[in-house]
Amino acid sequence: MNLKLKIWRQKGPKDNGKMVDYPISDISPDMSFLEMIDVLNDQLVEKGDEPVAFDHDCREGICGSCSMYINGEPHGPGRGITTCQLHMRSFNDGDTIHIEPWRAAPFPIIKDLVTDRSAFDRIIQAGGYISVNSGSPVDANAIPINKQNSDEAFDAATCIGCGACVAACKNASAMLFTSAKVSHLSLLPQGEVEAQKRVLAMVNQMDEEGFGNCTNTGACEVECPKGISLEHIARMNRQFLGAAISHSPEKGGGGGE
Amino acid sequence: MSEFREKTSIVDARIPEGPLANKWVDHKNHVRLVSPGNKRRIDVIIVGTGLAGASAAASLAEMGYNVKAFCFQDSPRRAHSIAAQGGINAAKNYQNDGDSTYRLFYDTIKGGDYRSREANVYRLAEVSASIIDQCVAQGVPFARDYGGLLDNRSFGGVQVSRTFYARGQTGQQLLLGAYSAMSRMIAKGGIKMYNRHEMLDVVLVDGKARGIIARDLNTGVIERHSAHAVVLASGGYGNVFFLSTNAMGSNVTAAWKAHKKGALFANPCFTQIHPTCIPVSGDHQSKLTLMSESLRNDGRIWVPKKKDDPRKPVDIPEDERDYYLERRYPAFGNLVPRDVASRAAKERCDAGYGVGASKMAVYLDFSDAIKRMGEDVVAAKYGNLFQMYEKITDENPYKTPMRIYPAVHYTMGGLWVDYNLMSNVEGLFVLGEANFSDHGANRLGASALMQGLADGYFVLPYTIGDYLADDIRTGPIPTNSSEFDAAEKEVKDRLHKLMNNGGTKPVDYYHKKLGKIMWEQCGMSRNAEGLREAIVEINAIREDFWKNVRIPGSADQFNQELEKAGRVADFIELGALMCQDALDRNESCGGHFREEYQTPEGEALRDDDNYAYVAAWEYQGAGVPAILHKEELHYENIKMVQRSYK
Ligand SMILES: Cc1cc2nc3c(=O)[nH]c(=O)nc-3n(C[C@H](O)[C@H](O)[C@H](O)COP(=O)(O)OP(=O)(O)OC[C@H]3O[C@@H](n4cnc5c(N)ncnc54)[C@H](O)[C@@H]3O)c2cc1C
Ligand code: SF4
Ligand code: FES
Repeated sequence: MNLKLKIWRQKGPKDNGKMVDYPISDISPDMSFLEMIDVLNDQLVEKGDEPVAFDHDCREGICGSCSMYINGEPHGPGRGITTCQLHMRSFNDGDTIHIEPWRAAPFPIIKDLVTDRSAFDRIIQAGGYISVNSGSPVDANAIPINKQNSDEAFDAATCIGCGACVAACKNASAMLFTSAKVSHLSLLPQGEVEAQKRVLAMVNQMDEEGFGNCTNTGACEVECPKGISLEHIARMNRQFLGAAISHSPEKGGGGGE
Repeated sequence: MSEFREKTSIVDARIPEGPLANKWVDHKNHVRLVSPGNKRRIDVIIVGTGLAGASAAASLAEMGYNVKAFCFQDSPRRAHSIAAQGGINAAKNYQNDGDSTYRLFYDTIKGGDYRSREANVYRLAEVSASIIDQCVAQGVPFARDYGGLLDNRSFGGVQVSRTFYARGQTGQQLLLGAYSAMSRMIAKGGIKMYNRHEMLDVVLVDGKARGIIARDLNTGVIERHSAHAVVLASGGYGNVFFLSTNAMGSNVTAAWKAHKKGALFANPCFTQIHPTCIPVSGDHQSKLTLMSESLRNDGRIWVPKKKDDPRKPVDIPEDERDYYLERRYPAFGNLVPRDVASRAAKERCDAGYGVGASKMAVYLDFSDAIKRMGEDVVAAKYGNLFQMYEKITDENPYKTPMRIYPAVHYTMGGLWVDYNLMSNVEGLFVLGEANFSDHGANRLGASALMQGLADGYFVLPYTIGDYLADDIRTGPIPTNSSEFDAAEKEVKDRLHKLMNNGGTKPVDYYHKKLGKIMWEQCGMSRNAEGLREAIVEINAIREDFWKNVRIPGSADQFNQELEKAGRVADFIELGALMCQDALDRNESCGGHFREEYQTPEGEALRDDDNYAYVAAWEYQGAGVPAILHKEELHYENIKMVQRSYK
């Protein structure tokens, strides 16, 4: 098929960017979206032009690298997938496709479609862990965990840190991402010990990074490739309120230490 | 006798004395320690934040060392380990099916076709149980049964259920556990994390690894970093084949630079070709997708008995299907080890029984499992894999069998290390897939995650102290020495050469060419003639590459084409070494199948009298054959026999 691509080109963090047109032909419907960009890039290199920069690595929907808006939607059309899992059969011959980087102040653009998402790492560093050293922990089966909690914790833990939730939100809120981690750990007995301190520290860091407030539009859940549920936001809000009232930092157990 | 230059020196793995089961405990009791106060004066560089690197970084920082960690992705959480699907082994015997440390040890040695080191493998089996404890304590949500206890599944090449899993995302959950442990130490200041940094050389001072040269991928700035020891946990090199199940960025550069500085490269030709991957669909293909081995627990593999059968698979009656694994290997059936399953698929397709448009595929069928357990149970176990398959192929595996074919997946070869995981270069440690490791000539499923975490959580933290005990009075390593000057200059000259050679061809052009040669001549089956030709062709690609590759933009900016070029340049040199190693090993073992050496039934034919050694190669220059060093393998606890899964 033949397509008209309109792609955001920006040389560096301080440069002005603009949309540039690239017609492309002979695209197979079996190609993945990123393979289509590979084809374009090889053509650009052959002409001596700079290829379009974009993050990608696993190309199977798990590393969370391949973030971009496609026709205004994070990761393009289709639910529950990342860009690398999108195939060209989702488009029609002759289509015009707009491709842009995440637009959110806490994710500054590095080049073309590549953004800096290290704010997410700092949220995790603020408390997204259980304070246990390597060494000799208790036997893994010493503490049974009921299957429902364990499954729910797992569902929350499948977040890939892609940032689509932030990109989808008109307030650039990181509530879905943060709450997924909070839920995952607080649903497990091992993580519950530090739950109060954790939620305060992570929410605080989220605010410091400049992510916006949650106004319950639900756009994040719709665009999340891993189907992370809004229920986690509700749970986090409850935990946050509870912790804000009862938690005294001096006595705190772990998170954010 | 090798046709290559051979050194009579035998490499010494420094395996501790004493009975197998006591070696590790005794060793731990006798290695030198570094006191907590002194650890603060010691810096350690860790290249890589996959399971091996992240677990090592977190553990060393918790102990008090100053850790500097590097990865080329934008976050440690995105390392290739994130993609591992099926599970992680541990000899817990929770299922009470007779599992034990010895059995895991035995299965691993046998699965590796008797080409791994007994002492290392035993240690791996010994610490495996602690890994699960550690991960659960970190909050890794492994699958559980209704009683709230951990669940297990079985994997190829074994007859017990010892694989722990988190749906089809085990690697993700384990890596997020290690990443969260790292994050905690980053916040505490024990780890300084360098994201989007690529190591481009290792720096030796007085023969010891004392630092690295790295490129900040955001800005192109070349940086010097020093430390008392350097740990490489940079992953495997399957992407030498261009198409593999590895992440796009997985590469050999860190290991190869160390090799060029004197580190021996061991068993480079031992490559794992995984039997269950989605087949190639066209020239545009950029990578191949694995369908977890766990699928072979319940899926049955078959091809039609009739060549070129035009019928849809669901219309082919039971008695006209050839369940060739069940037929050839009744004891293990669909759960034979990977090398055996892959070769059997190739054999059927080469004989003309392949299916699908390309005829290079076989069926993996779940209809019996769905009948037996119901669609819900199958979905709970494999749902995300089925979904992944459907997204890529547009076919529904609940309704029609999957089509699968083998693909390059894992590299057993890697930098040579001794029992302490130190290479022959002092102070240079190598962990995870990057070392030549514990898997011999073939790795069993779910054992890479186990090895990476064993190395990082439970082995290196003890063994590195033995080396660093000499450095408590050394003080910080300066980066203004002539050794750093020289290494930085070398890196800059090479980048300059890549940027300014006035060529016309994109990097992928060369990578694809190399990959094709490697797949055809050094893939699932190999022969002497093909390997000799391949070496000549690869050397020609190298020359052409350095003359005609084109990289737009500049080296002083974010430049992904330049990153790729550096990696492919190293892959080209590695490819030649892999062929040399495969040519030198006049036997078949595990994943290394030399057509000249097979049993009448077409099984791999080992030659234990002449090849029971680790081939550790010393670099001599691009295009120059490497020199062979040998580490003889001694089996004192296991009898070497012809592997049989019948
Ligand atoms: C699709 C798939 C599924 C798998 N499933 C399983 C499974 O179910 N069970 C199992 O046991 N094994 C599995 N494996 C194998 C296993 O995932 C890998 O062997 C293992 O994760 C490797 O871990 P590692 O820590 O050694 O390296 P990696 O995870 O590859 O990490 C390498 C790290 O090194 C960094 N790096 C590399 N080069 C440089 C450089 N020059 N400079 C700076 N940083 C660098 C990278 O950024 C990265 O952080 C699977 C593999 C694949 C491909
Ligand atoms: S919550 Fe969903 S959209 Fe947000 S980072 Fe995680 S996986 Fe991506
Ligand atoms: S490239 Fe890893 S999620 Fe898309």
